Amino acid sequence: MPRPTPSQTVGPFFGYALSTPGGGDAAPAGHPDTLTVHGYVRDGKGDPVPDALVETWQRVPKALPGSLRRDPVTGGSPGRDGVGFTGFGRVATDADGHWVIRTLAPPATAPYLAIAVFARGLAHHLHTRAYLDPTASDRLLSALAPERAATLVAQEERQGTHRFDIHLQGEKETVFLDFHHD
Amino acid sequence: MTTIDSRGASPDQEQISAEIAAVHRAASRAAPAGGGEAPNHPDRGFAPYRSSLLRHPLRPLVAAGGDPEAAELSGPVFGVTDVTALDADLTRQHIGEPLGERITVSGRVLDRSGRPVRGQLVEVWQANASGRYAHGLDRHPAPLDPHFTGAGRCLTDDAGRYSFTTVRPGAYPWRNHINAWRPAHIHFSLFGTRFTQRLVTQMYFPGDPLFAYDPILQSVTDPAARARLVADYRPDLSVPEWSLGYHWDIVLDGPARTLPDPEEH
Repeated sequence: MPRPTPSQTVGPFFGYALSTPGGGDAAPAGHPDTLTVHGYVRDGKGDPVPDALVETWQRVPKALPGSLRRDPVTGGSPGRDGVGFTGFGRVATDADGHWVIRTLAPPATAPYLAIAVFARGLAHHLHTRAYLDPTASDRLLSALAPERAATLVAQEERQGTHRFDIHLQGEKETVFLDFHHD
Repeated sequence: MTTIDSRGASPDQEQISAEIAAVHRAASRAAPAGGGEAPNHPDRGFAPYRSSLLRHPLRPLVAAGGDPEAAELSGPVFGVTDVTALDADLTRQHIGEPLGERITVSGRVLDRSGRPVRGQLVEVWQANASGRYAHGLDRHPAPLDPHFTGAGRCLTDDAGRYSFTTVRPGAYPWRNHINAWRPAHIHFSLFGTRFTQRLVTQMYFPGDPLFAYDPILQSVTDPAARARLVADYRPDLSVPEWSLGYHWDIVLDGPARTLPDPEEH
């Protein structure tokens, strides 16, 4: 059995390679049910993390390719086609540690955005989840102490806009998940 | 940017190397008796890598496996609309030829059972031959190369193979400590077939004298695991009068339990 290749940090300079225009616009352009999910990534001192990459994934009815489209003439990144819903969002934090994803509501069977966080200083990325419906009955949420579970629940700021902050360390540390021991 | 020691001191290589050695000694003492599996991945909190200090969780991760409905058991898919043939040749993305030693880097992407991971997006990014990234925040005063951006992508083929043509990146200084220089490396991003297989890693070049001094490479405390980050020079992959060939296989993690592959007989 081969052994896994170790993880290494994404470093600070991934921006020209992994970020694509519209990378956070997972929902089809103009879709009436689009939800905005946004938040800040903060370190153990509460300072913003300006060089993080946030990826979101959720259950989709049908897997569609085409979420990181490239231009065949220039090799550049024209971004998404704006038509299909691929379920995948990828966006770098801005200088203030802020990220924004526009997507569609995940299904009731898996009512959350699965999130992977990468950053300079993170030798191995972190998995977490943003639950968009605080009343969802869910085996992971119900297994956690209420104050820990609360770190996984996005707050609805106004209709269609949810806030989900990610605290890498400290008082408000987000619950991070391990999928490798089942 | 990487900051100098948060305690206000500027550690030098001697201090960082001593810290690395201490963590490695502790890791080898804690090695599983009877040859169990050493950790494959680095600890997120590896103090010699100063940027990790405030950025790693202090609470244990919560085991989340075992839910057959988990969204993480599937993953994004990418297809021919996502990549173009141009993307895998980093020496052809501008009008002129980039400076530096031209290389071909190829290998296979496998899962933990040794099966090829097919049709998956592989992305790379790197510094140019002088050790400078095409990123506005990289202020290392080495020359930018107008003919080299240093970003590429491809899809694995039916055997799980990927291949890139590029130039060998240079070593570069970073501000982890006084006179910190990173060994030459190429960053890799891999998706796999499920979100739990997601991997971002770095490939290193064999025989680099900077290995022992680099806290990012040395954050992988098991020597055998660390060796898996280093490519092989392979004369058979060298293209005559064109490029030097390197071979590097990548094994994706994920739940140890793997689903049967319906395409396998």
